[in-house]
Amino acid sequence: MHIPDGFLDTKTAAVTMGLAAAGVGWAAHSVRKTLPPRKVPLLGVTAAFIFAAQMLNFPIAGGTSGHLLGGMLAAVLLGPSAGVLVLASVLIIQCLLFADGGLLALGANIFNMGIVGTAGAYGIYWLVRRRAKGLQGQLMAAAFASWCAVVIASTSCAAQLALSGTVRWGIAFPAMAGVHMLIGVGEAIITTLVLATIAATRPDLLREEARAAGAPRYRGVIVYGLLIAIGLALLISPFASPWPDGLERVAGKLDFMGKAALHPLVRAPLPDYVIPGIGSPVVATALAGAIGTIVMFVFAVILARVVTRRTMAGDRESAAVR
Amino acid sequence: MHHDYLDRFSRLDSPVHRVPAWLKLACALSLLLITILIPMSRAALFGVLAALLIAIAVASRLPLLSLAGRLLMLEPFVLGVALLSLFQPGGGAIFLRLVARGSLCLFTVLLLSSTTPFSEILTVFRKLRVPAILITMLALMYRYIFVLVDEAERMSRARASRTFRRDRSHMWRARGDVIGRLFVRSTERAERIYAAMCARGWKT
Repeated sequence: MHIPDGFLDTKTAAVTMGLAAAGVGWAAHSVRKTLPPRKVPLLGVTAAFIFAAQMLNFPIAGGTSGHLLGGMLAAVLLGPSAGVLVLASVLIIQCLLFADGGLLALGANIFNMGIVGTAGAYGIYWLVRRRAKGLQGQLMAAAFASWCAVVIASTSCAAQLALSGTVRWGIAFPAMAGVHMLIGVGEAIITTLVLATIAATRPDLLREEARAAGAPRYRGVIVYGLLIAIGLALLISPFASPWPDGLERVAGKLDFMGKAALHPLVRAPLPDYVIPGIGSPVVATALAGAIGTIVMFVFAVILARVVTRRTMAGDRESAAVR
Repeated sequence: MHHDYLDRFSRLDSPVHRVPAWLKLACALSLLLITILIPMSRAALFGVLAALLIAIAVASRLPLLSLAGRLLMLEPFVLGVALLSLFQPGGGAIFLRLVARGSLCLFTVLLLSSTTPFSEILTVFRKLRVPAILITMLALMYRYIFVLVDEAERMSRARASRTFRRDRSHMWRARGDVIGRLFVRSTERAERIYAAMCARGWKT
């Protein structure tokens, strides 16, 4: 989901850079006020931990493998604001040392994965967590929220690509959201397994979080909520309106970039994309997303129950690691 | 993973390495901006930019082969996103534009990171009023990435040498265990680091 440089236009890069700066600034302010100084090294080391954890691959079918993204994990372990800072650090280091993810696109990447996928998803986690008790409830909330984190972050990413005139919304959204609905399942499973292990070895680390998150900080909810709402409104609203509108924007942009030669190519196949009766791929993807959310919620409940039972039973072949 | 893998070339000596970090950062940002603002109708300018970047690479006395190797290693990330654009009308032209731009930008960032030590970039960040806590985090992260990656590898190796079942669910649980325990170890390490920092007179 790292957007490389050269894929965003100046307008999108500038807007997302501003949003990311505001979000990271708020996170730093809030962490400075609430975090005891002895925890500051923990933030840096956790950022390195997320980076190292991303290098451990999980086998998926057919020789492919996936890895942890870690936004939700960091937010559950340290709280949303610290999670935003951790993810921002990971993305900055990946960009500046490994050239993974662009420098001009850094704002967009921090907004997608660091703010929408961490603070935003933490809001979902917190809402579900309030109504579910115990370790099982916590794991279930984390599983569900980490799936949501991956899906909404990828949607935001698709919107940025579309707004930049790089990939049309009608292609970017179904492709990105579709793939990430599957990747999100992996992320949910890994996050749950990791949290279960921590709960089994150092339950105090998770309880500390629960105490910190017990009292909701309404100002944080307002600031992150506002940032994400503004961001999504700016990024997605051009496409949420009836389909031809979004297309015209992109067509206009292509026109500007590629001069008149591209013109007939852009306009001609349009009707093919709106299939009567079935609707556009955008509607289909949104529908799939809605169904996927419900399925994922049920899956999260089952996953949490299975993992909790295993953790409680102590029947774990984990001694080898220690 | 060796710790100098991170920015192996950034401490070499050359005219480019001696340029102040803020200037290099500003130049890199303006080069990136220029690259994304070049219209496709002036494709020749991409060639000019590429020539400029190669000239900088030569002037900075970087080992060109390994630079090209890293560029190729990162190219799939550009191609992956660019591939999406092929599925739209007029996609061929957009695809070419994206690949050209993406590769040039990648080259620019790669040159920046291999001629500028990370600590100098952090100094620039400090002058730019980036929150102090974020800078502390970045500095600590830079220091501990290779420690934790090494630790993760050791734990995976230990796990692999003791586990004989190869079914997928078991492997996933084992991986989850390794990551969970890696976090516990990281927390404990962070506590030791804090004690060490305090012993050396660190204040927030």
